Amino acid sequence: MPDAGASLVDFTGVEKSYGAVRALDGADFSLEPGECVGVVGHNGAGKSTLMHVLSGGVAPDRGRLIVAGEEQAHWTSARARALGLRCVFQELSLCPNLTVAENARVVHPAIRGLGWRQRAGWLIIDKLDEIFLGHGVRAGDLVQDLMIGRRQMVEIARAFSVSEAPARLIILDEPTSSLDAHTAGQLLMHVRRSVESGVSCVLISHILGEVLSACDRIVVMRDGKVVMAGAARNFDRAKLVGAMGGIEPETPEAQAITAIAARGEGSVVVRVRPDRQTDDWDVVAREGEIVGLAGLAGHGQTDLLLATFAAASHRRAGAMVSAPVALVAGDRQSDGVFPGWSIAHNIGVRSLRQLRAGPLLSARLEDEFANAWRERIKIRTPDIRNNILSLSGGNQQKTLFARALGSDARIMLMDDPMRGVDFGTKLEVYDLIRAEAQRGRTFLWYTTEVEELKNCDRAYVFRNGTIVAELARDELNEEQVIHSSFAGVA
Amino acid sequence: MSAALQTLLKRPWIWSFVGAGVVWLAAIAFTRGYGAGGMLTAAMSLAVFTVIVGVGQMFVITLGPGNVDLSLPANIGLASAVAMKTMGGDDRLLVLGLAAAIACGLAVGLANYLLIWALRIPPIIATLSASFIIQSVDISYGRGLQIKPPPGFADFTNIVIAGVPLLAILTVLFTIGASIALHRTIWGRSVVAIGQNQRAARLAGLKVEPVRCATYVLCGALGGLNGALLAGYFRGANVDIGNEYLLASIAVVVIGGTSVSGGRANLPGVWGGALFLVLLLTMLNTFGVSAGVRLVATGLIIVAVITAAGGEKPTR
Amino acid sequence: MSAAAAVPSANASRAEWRRRLRAALPGLSLALVIAAIAWLNPRAISYFGFTLMLNLAIPIALATMAQLFVIAGNDLDLSIGTFVGFVCCVSATWLHDTPWLGVLTLIGCIALYAVLGALIYLRNLPSIVVTLGMSFVWQGLALLLLPKPGGKVPGWLQTIMGVKPPFIPFPIVAAALIAAVGYFGLMRTSYGAVLRASGGNALAIERAGWSLLKTKMTLFALAGAFGVLSGMALVGITTSADANIGNGYTLLSIAGVILGGGEFVGGVVSPVGAVLGALTMAMAASPLLTFMRIPPDWQVGANGAILIIVLAARVAITRKGSER
Repeated sequence: MPDAGASLVDFTGVEKSYGAVRALDGADFSLEPGECVGVVGHNGAGKSTLMHVLSGGVAPDRGRLIVAGEEQAHWTSARARALGLRCVFQELSLCPNLTVAENARVVHPAIRGLGWRQRAGWLIIDKLDEIFLGHGVRAGDLVQDLMIGRRQMVEIARAFSVSEAPARLIILDEPTSSLDAHTAGQLLMHVRRSVESGVSCVLISHILGEVLSACDRIVVMRDGKVVMAGAARNFDRAKLVGAMGGIEPETPEAQAITAIAARGEGSVVVRVRPDRQTDDWDVVAREGEIVGLAGLAGHGQTDLLLATFAAASHRRAGAMVSAPVALVAGDRQSDGVFPGWSIAHNIGVRSLRQLRAGPLLSARLEDEFANAWRERIKIRTPDIRNNILSLSGGNQQKTLFARALGSDARIMLMDDPMRGVDFGTKLEVYDLIRAEAQRGRTFLWYTTEVEELKNCDRAYVFRNGTIVAELARDELNEEQVIHSSFAGVA
Repeated sequence: MSAALQTLLKRPWIWSFVGAGVVWLAAIAFTRGYGAGGMLTAAMSLAVFTVIVGVGQMFVITLGPGNVDLSLPANIGLASAVAMKTMGGDDRLLVLGLAAAIACGLAVGLANYLLIWALRIPPIIATLSASFIIQSVDISYGRGLQIKPPPGFADFTNIVIAGVPLLAILTVLFTIGASIALHRTIWGRSVVAIGQNQRAARLAGLKVEPVRCATYVLCGALGGLNGALLAGYFRGANVDIGNEYLLASIAVVVIGGTSVSGGRANLPGVWGGALFLVLLLTMLNTFGVSAGVRLVATGLIIVAVITAAGGEKPTR
Repeated sequence: MSAAAAVPSANASRAEWRRRLRAALPGLSLALVIAAIAWLNPRAISYFGFTLMLNLAIPIALATMAQLFVIAGNDLDLSIGTFVGFVCCVSATWLHDTPWLGVLTLIGCIALYAVLGALIYLRNLPSIVVTLGMSFVWQGLALLLLPKPGGKVPGWLQTIMGVKPPFIPFPIVAAALIAAVGYFGLMRTSYGAVLRASGGNALAIERAGWSLLKTKMTLFALAGAFGVLSGMALVGITTSADANIGNGYTLLSIAGVILGGGEFVGGVVSPVGAVLGALTMAMAASPLLTFMRIPPDWQVGANGAILIIVLAARVAITRKGSER
């Protein structure tokens, strides 16, 4: 019995776990027709999981889902689509081997028969014109030939496009991560226009400024729960950061430690220039420093880390890496974890040479090594011989840290490693990093969360694969980072 | 006692031995117990050849999805000819002949790897194409009289001690060595890591390409050794001597419980799978079936086993 | 438009140019082979010459198209060769003696291919192992049907394959027809786009509501259908069958698809390119080698070498292309 004034969506007590990883721990979420809700929170707070539940792609373990006034026992993506729900997730879902028009067709099954290609092409180009005037995309372009910014535009336009059923709710998960300032602005204006015409929007973004300006209501998530919600006008940046779980204000010891490093007395251990750098600006790191790599996501920071990694073992023009390196992966599943192995094996894999007794590996040495790190970094597990997937996300990440820190590497490359890690774990690891830096280890730290940069001595801001700014300790805040990353663009 | 039994039943390779046992029982039931012992001895003799290449194939398959060596049959054929021609019927050239065959296999493995690495061809295609080329080399090289193995060598491959073939004993020792290599050397650990997650292995500091090269080279070398031994056992070399070992080498790996998507391997299973296959063929021969039925049965069993085992579960 | 937008379009057009070059490869290779033949034996370039040389091109092109459908879904069919051999045997025996049994068997084979596709999808099986196993099954069944070469081709089949159209040799007409069907079906229809999408980003189209089970079964069923056509065409040309007759078709079909610009993963295939590739392989596989006086012993190896050369050429062109 749909009620005329009912919420579009009303979720209560949603829980979802993946093995030992508690992604959602009793989250409540509601949405009215014609409103734009912003969802903010650290990496690992549960935002994407909640959206997957909302879009029907993931079934929750527990929770009450009411959509359009009716309680849903089995909420599936087919029913969500039928009700007019569209999503743009962080993992782009275009098919690179198809053209833009064909990709549009794939989500609109009704477009078939004679002339389908033309109709699909008109549909997507019209929508692109409406949202992103001057986009330069053609219907016949093959998606794999498009740069990532254009791909994201196509994906967004496709979500807003309508063939038969109207779109009632559009979920945008980090939609501006690959767009420049101008295009991002176009999108946010379109979001407001749609909302005014009755479409609801959910906007997830790390850029708090966007959320504050474009949304009617804001929801803050932390550790799988919604911790604060209210009208956007009642929030400001400080309040949001505080609710998300901001970094502790500087303790006197922390200030002292960083003061030592800030003297910059150590020898240079890393000097690497980004591939696309046209001037002679290098990323330079001295012994014992924690150097941050900042800027919008996917603008060359990871490439620089990988270049540094490669330069440690192969000669590379213009790069100097004078000590062994180890990398801590951020995308655990694809870059870090060996899912068939135990925790012990996962920790020891970078240090196999040290774990030999004679010519063969020694199980005893491996276990001792792993147990030592379990104590030091506080991995919560009864037995380091258990499979690594029995650990929670945060503890899996700690395993990856142990792997790197336990090795003989003097330079640690960190590729946004706090993704999907709960807040408590993050604090523990920050302390460990600072302690290791004091002992002379060098850290190159790419992070998508500007608040984490406060752990660094200084940071380089990246834009389109090149360094565009270098910020000192006191300049490491969101305004400065965003300002520097857009400075110099026409 | 039952706790030990429970852990035994959990091992992935146990079912291959159970299957082998079942098939053996079916065969001797048909002959009413006649020749049961002889059947086992013969089965062990024949299983040796599958185990040797099965081990090589197991290491290659463990490297990850898409890694397989389809050039084995051609490799074996060529190596058998090389071994026989080098030995030239003279027992004193025995060691030289074996070395030549192994070197030939090594070269094949290296060539395979170079195709994969330099031309970025998927291993399936690289080894398939290489096998055609090797076949041609073999046909033109092995042209002429069929060369018999030196008598001492041929006898050696057929020695049986108390019902157990000497070659089988040596191969078991070899398998134990391979198991130690798999579990306790850096190379073995790297192979398993690469199979689980090649990118993570590289980022964890493991030397991915040298390990892959070594693995393909090892597989090739084992194929070469196998060719020489086969020529000794069957008293002659020929181009087709290795044909059945392609499916057999992959089958024993799959039946033995090694994951086809890589990253999980075990050695006892190769023996279990080999015994199962050989006894299956023995059983079919005992029943008196034709070549056609044999092929169909072998193929269907492979499909059935892989279907039952299932593939890699897709990650979230 | 800002400078930032100009750079992306330059990159896009460079990628497009590289892709166009790769798309021209099949036509270029074919032209190269024809030129080589013309140089070695000018009399081969005639209506009669082409008809003879491209004799076997039709079954090869059909088998290549079958492989194309499988590769479009990120799989590989290592059994197509022995399957074609089996179909040959069925055509030369049952189809000739008891037509309804023959037709039923062939339709059953296509259904079996669809079932294999379903099995591969539902159990997440590696297609290499499954098709390798099936290759032995088809081989065994062919041997059971025809332990020794023989059989008799159905008259109507022989007639069709013996058609002699004016001006253009029949193989070329047939190849054009196969290319047209493949191109239209896979590249122009709306469901064809979905089929290719299943190879490009399966998860995405599943989220969009399409059934991956259906796409996989459709692709495999199409492979089975074209495999059946290939076997029938082959026996129509050779007039009798033999269990081993199709064994080389596996490599030839893979070579044709790759030569035609297809990729093993990503759903990137070109039906027209594949047919051109098949024609190239057909001529390079035997006629060219014979004209080059390459001894028969080496002709088998030459097939492998050709595939390697083609792949090397593609790598050379896309050297600066995407790297994972």
